[in-house]
Amino acid sequence: MQLWLIPLLPFAGFLVNGLAGRRFPKGAVNAVAIGSVLLSFAWVLKTLFTINLDAINQEHYFTWIQSGALTVGCDMAVDRLTAVMLLVVTGIGSLIHIYSIGYMAHEGGYYRFFSFLNLFMFFMLVLVLASNYLVMFVGWEGVGLCSYLLIGFYFDKKFATNAGNKAFIVNRIGDFGFSLAMFYMVRNFGSLDFGTVFKAAPGASEAVLTTIGLLLMLGACGKSAQLPLYVWLPDAMAGPTPVSALIHAATMVTAGVYMTARSWVIYTHAPLALNTIAIIGVATAFFAATIGLAQTDIKKVFAYSTVSQLGYMFLGVGSGAFSAGIFHLMTHAFFKALLFLGSGSVIHALAGEQDMRNMGGLRHKIPWTFWTMMCAAVAISGVPPTSGFFSKDSILVAANHHAPWMYWLGVVTAGMTAFYVFRAMFLTFFGEYRGHAHPHESPPLMTIPLAMLALLSLGGGYIAVPAFLGRFFPTVEAPEDFTLVAISVAFGLGGIALAYLMYIARPGMADSLAGGLKGLYSLVYNKYFVDEIYDAAVVKPVVGGSRVVLWKGMDVGFIDGMVNGVGALARRTGAVLRLLQSGNIRSYATWVLFGSVVVIVALELGGGAR
Amino acid sequence: MAEIPIAWFLTLSAVLFVLGVAGFLFRRNIITVFMSIELMLNAVNLSFVAFSYQLKQVDGNLFAFFVMVVAAAEAAVGLAIILTVFKNRSTLNIDEVETMKN
Repeated sequence: MQLWLIPLLPFAGFLVNGLAGRRFPKGAVNAVAIGSVLLSFAWVLKTLFTINLDAINQEHYFTWIQSGALTVGCDMAVDRLTAVMLLVVTGIGSLIHIYSIGYMAHEGGYYRFFSFLNLFMFFMLVLVLASNYLVMFVGWEGVGLCSYLLIGFYFDKKFATNAGNKAFIVNRIGDFGFSLAMFYMVRNFGSLDFGTVFKAAPGASEAVLTTIGLLLMLGACGKSAQLPLYVWLPDAMAGPTPVSALIHAATMVTAGVYMTARSWVIYTHAPLALNTIAIIGVATAFFAATIGLAQTDIKKVFAYSTVSQLGYMFLGVGSGAFSAGIFHLMTHAFFKALLFLGSGSVIHALAGEQDMRNMGGLRHKIPWTFWTMMCAAVAISGVPPTSGFFSKDSILVAANHHAPWMYWLGVVTAGMTAFYVFRAMFLTFFGEYRGHAHPHESPPLMTIPLAMLALLSLGGGYIAVPAFLGRFFPTVEAPEDFTLVAISVAFGLGGIALAYLMYIARPGMADSLAGGLKGLYSLVYNKYFVDEIYDAAVVKPVVGGSRVVLWKGMDVGFIDGMVNGVGALARRTGAVLRLLQSGNIRSYATWVLFGSVVVIVALELGGGAR
Repeated sequence: MAEIPIAWFLTLSAVLFVLGVAGFLFRRNIITVFMSIELMLNAVNLSFVAFSYQLKQVDGNLFAFFVMVVAAAEAAVGLAIILTVFKNRSTLNIDEVETMKN
């Protein structure tokens, strides 16, 4: 099967562009970067067509760690879940690579951008193809690294490097949980291999499985930006927009969902952990959606929307509907990548403007962008028969089966989602143009990927992922309930109608509403001051403690104090003893005399010399 | 002939040695200091010889000869140094020869 070719192709692209890309013309950089990803996509297609997905398709390359009873190999495998992820990652990845040629055309560090993007593809494919937790963790950390590198791509801007650091540091908290989960697995199962662990898991005690499940969930919360670790994702928008689309919407941030779905055997035997995932998911979905209502930066709206939609996926997985979670992962990859790429096209057209208050009336100036983004907007709002309708509905039905209050919270969130996405659409594309740039439509290299993603957003719901994964995951017997579906669609359409009313029909209404609910509005506009609270509760104490206790106290006071103290002591002693060194021979002789008298007296008192 | 008690020799030796030390410590003239050193060496020689005589062993005498040889060498070198010092500084006052200080 040669699975190793799939990740290694982008890695080769990374090496070529990373080492020699500086001297290449742009055409060569493009050919290497896009070619390697397209080849990888082709190899994925070829592999999936030729193998039997229900057999065990594992490849063992070499033994990585051999220590006592623990053996960890560099293994890769393909099953149905991996197949979906591979197609999403390489397919969307290829489209976004192509789009990036147009978007990054006028940016510096062109080859650097593409080599990082290829490196990201490599690590993401390793993550997806891994057939044990440790290899998965390599990919997991690698995508984190690439995320950091690409968020801080404009490294001469302070806010971009800060955002990169924030993403990296917040992810460390989650990775800590992931590592602990792996240690615990080694202790209890003696292996990190998916097959071995999942075979042993049903026999293990529930306490063990719950602990592992909760620790893995902590890792997933960090990577997939769930409460309380979501704060890094909105800041991650400091990176170039294709990065936001590829890494921070379509692929990397869904790694947490993939990992929890991959560990479904553990979770089905640990209902407490699974329920915690559902609660965190629905809480995040609701919480992030409310923040999205009041943002003015177009990318920030979609960033909070991503957090919210990831919450949906967690809700689906947590309700036991793993296939629904993965289904939503895929459709979300379509429409959210499209929303980000579309907003990138808008930003490109307006020469860098991101504030929606300075947009408006763009639908005639950039029609391709407008129509494609509209497809994504109806899809994310769950309007039938677009892709978002199918996936969101399968999650909500499962949530209702799991706990009805989660369904209702999810439905309200769906209404808010439709509202804020259409608010962004109306503010951007309708009304009068409020900015000063000269909007121009993006080149075909950017609009063609947009069009393809638009087709996928509209029709992606007919890709029968739940049926495809039905043989992989346990099925939840949630009855199809037309009322539930109708209610959620009604909420979605209601959200759209409300946005229309507030931003098109009565343009002054939004401002008067914001003025009327000043306190609430400013709370939401400022993202509930979560960043400020974290800053005061975590960052300041850590920084202050490091400064006062560790730096001034421990390092300067104790360690430096000891080292310098020895020196100072020697110097002070020397200062006293120096007085003896008079240079006067007779004073030396006096000391000699004095010394010999002392020696003789001491000898006499000690019993005399014998 | 009545034996002279060893204590007498040792007392004389100690007296001579203390005289030498006092001269070394309190006189300022280099020549005098030098002579005081010789006095101390010879005081020690006296006790060596006295012990040697009393214990009927030759070691003490041997030591005395060594001390004499060293003293002779020291005298040669020392006097040469004193001559040079006087030539350069026109003084034999030991307190003025202290360029090593500081």
